[in-house]
Amino acid sequence: MSTTEHTEIVLAAKGVIKSFGGVKALDGACLEVHAGTVNAVMGENGAGKSTLMKVLAGVYQDYHGQILLDGRPVAFAGPKQAQDNGVAMIHQELNLIPWLNVAENVFLGREPLNSLGLIDFKAMYGSARELLARLDLPVDPRTNVHELRVGQQQVVEIAKALASNARVIIMDEPTSAISGREVEVLFDLIRALTREGVAVVYISHKMDEVFRIADRITVMRDGRTVGSELCTNLDSDDVVRMMVGRDIRSFFAQTEEACGAEVFRVENMCLPHPDRPADFLVKDINFSVGRGEVLGLFGLMGAGRSELFEAIFGLHAKTASGRVFLEDRELRIASPVDAIGAGLALVPEDRKRQGLVMGMSVAANATLASLERVERFGLLRNRLERALACDYIDRLAVKTASYRQPVQYLSGGNQQKVVIAKWLATTPKVLLLDEPTRGVDVNAKSQIYGLIRDLARTGLAIVMISSELPEIMTVANRIVVLSEGRQTAEFTRSQASEEAILKAALPRSLSNAESNKASGGLQL
Amino acid sequence: MSDRMSYKALIARFHSLLALLLMVLAFGILAEGFFSWDNLWTVMRQISVNTCVSVGMTLVILTGGIDLSVGSILALSGAIMAGLLKHGTELESLNLYVGYGVPAAIMIGFLVGGSLGLFNGIMVTRFRVPPFIATLAMLTIARGLTKLYTGGEAITGLGETFVSIGSGRLLGIPSQVWIAAGIIVAAMILLRKTRFGRYVYAVGGNEEAARFSGLPVKRVKRTAYIISGTLAAVGGMIVTSRLNSATPIAGEGLELDSIAAVVIGGTSLSGGRGSVLGTVLGALIIGVLNSGLVIMGVDPFWQQVIKGFVILLAVVVDKLHSRE
Repeated sequence: MSTTEHTEIVLAAKGVIKSFGGVKALDGACLEVHAGTVNAVMGENGAGKSTLMKVLAGVYQDYHGQILLDGRPVAFAGPKQAQDNGVAMIHQELNLIPWLNVAENVFLGREPLNSLGLIDFKAMYGSARELLARLDLPVDPRTNVHELRVGQQQVVEIAKALASNARVIIMDEPTSAISGREVEVLFDLIRALTREGVAVVYISHKMDEVFRIADRITVMRDGRTVGSELCTNLDSDDVVRMMVGRDIRSFFAQTEEACGAEVFRVENMCLPHPDRPADFLVKDINFSVGRGEVLGLFGLMGAGRSELFEAIFGLHAKTASGRVFLEDRELRIASPVDAIGAGLALVPEDRKRQGLVMGMSVAANATLASLERVERFGLLRNRLERALACDYIDRLAVKTASYRQPVQYLSGGNQQKVVIAKWLATTPKVLLLDEPTRGVDVNAKSQIYGLIRDLARTGLAIVMISSELPEIMTVANRIVVLSEGRQTAEFTRSQASEEAILKAALPRSLSNAESNKASGGLQL
Repeated sequence: MSDRMSYKALIARFHSLLALLLMVLAFGILAEGFFSWDNLWTVMRQISVNTCVSVGMTLVILTGGIDLSVGSILALSGAIMAGLLKHGTELESLNLYVGYGVPAAIMIGFLVGGSLGLFNGIMVTRFRVPPFIATLAMLTIARGLTKLYTGGEAITGLGETFVSIGSGRLLGIPSQVWIAAGIIVAAMILLRKTRFGRYVYAVGGNEEAARFSGLPVKRVKRTAYIISGTLAAVGGMIVTSRLNSATPIAGEGLELDSIAAVVIGGTSLSGGRGSVLGTVLGALIIGVLNSGLVIMGVDPFWQQVIKGFVILLAVVVDKLHSRE
């Protein structure tokens, strides 16, 4: 890490105020971005991080306050102008065009032209190859982007930023969709960029990552900047305290619960690869979970975690094979309708895409999977629906202005609670949770952990996928590890160690040395 | 159902209502004879067909689809009703002639409309044909079938009972207005008060989340197309009885008027957002515009240009508001 005492401030925001229809998302936010360093921005969801970044990157123009580039006030008319001035943003949802190739994406909007005004492909592929070599991405620039893994697509985004000579690269939760080795590759890349003098603004919820990569941490709360410090002067408790404005030491409290008789069992679950018939996304998975038990499924990206849940839930009925038992009776699940009817519930990984209808109200989302409960003589009853929805809103402490509020206006944690409410309203016997705390802030995280424990205490059998080791070691009673679609280990909580779990999770093709590096890498 | 009627939807609806009132006022001043009972009923009569069809279109668009075949389905089902009433069915091999009463002819017409809608729905759900293509094909198919069935000639002289559907009155109000009103009320209850209605919004709002929630996504879509086809047949019944004649070119271009009504009414073409009431307002706006321009004696070619701009204006105003 480079020292940051005497570095120059390349980009700064001063007293930025930005409102959305009367609601202030930013209320005097400040940020200083130092050249050649990694500047982390942290804060709960809704703290205003993304909004501030979008102001810096020219996405929003109707704000009050000042943006300074190299000490001079600027007002970008749009993202293009920001890029032209050296400020590029890599959004959480990557903005690549899947059916164009790598080079076409990298030079989108700034294609090199020949004397006839046509695209100079030779120059374009040449420069693209250079950029990819600089970023150490061994991919042909003619490869279509949709054929790349998420981690590789991210590198393409960085190449795109570099192609516009970016001096400031803003990364919004860059590791939310990648894990393990890909994170290491990204970090190496970020370090290389800062050595070249590029300033990186790094938004993340993951404390361990931030402390590994960042030079300086700026914490935001309620649209304001709470503080900004060099990493070396802070520890994670300080940051958490700044983020939530109070001390939460009981963050990872452990409790040991006795588990009851087996409720749910999966035998020999297999799911062939859709394109390569000899390969499997999920191969011979067996597990069982008892009353009141939380079974953790740990696996890195590509381990087949979500696919396993989807196969169980009847979303791949034509290709998946295997047997599923509930209370010792075999279930026939050909569709999610069957799964729900039998008493299963699946909280999917991607709540925006798979969990919620964003334009619908909190109540309508919460009752969507159990509308028959609020129906009388074929008609929906408002009173019953309101009662059912409010019951779960209260029980899960969903923070919302009203049950009529569209879910799109809720924070990530509260949206996740609405998804969970939707499934609890179906009165399931088995709850499948896929990364239940992805993209939610620390405070909501601990609330969701508490909720999972409470649900287990009521006798629900819970299977939870997680790729965060501290999380799975806190919440699960037992842990099954998946790697490349196969089951590689099983631990009880007392047997489990972070190193053992991670070792079992790493693909077998990796050497021992690399596995050591990665386990050291995920600072835990 | 207040849950879905968000603040924005209210504003959007308020906009179209305001636009409608302004237009009525403007035409009242500019177009002599615009404010008369006669003209009121003429406008209502004219829009009743488009309203019926647009209600079905609203359902389909709410699921994220589109139905371009409504005009052709209207023509075919109307022609079949007329043909059955006029000629019956002759089974030459059995030397048998079957005649049809008005209810039987109408029911068969509805069945034809519903079946073609089902066909659209199957193409969209089972074979994953994009709705635009599937219903574009049906637009051609059903129009061709209509011309085959009628031999390209109008079928006229359909009997007093049938004609009374289009020209009769009940309590002083034209019967077709009653029919349209009945359909509007039924559709509002269906969308706001039943599981199916909620599923329509969910499927259009986020199909994948609907699938993950265990909703019968394909059945919801199919049903929307069936309803749209059937309501097009209802339109066919009204048109045919009003003219006392089924022509092979009936309903040509109706799909555009109907999509316009839906869009002006604030329903999103990407699905999940909108309402029947909005569509009714949209149909009213188009109807009032047509009538006012005709009374003012505006060149029919200019009328088309103006209509186009009104559609744009409606969507632009809506977009400006939802951006805030």
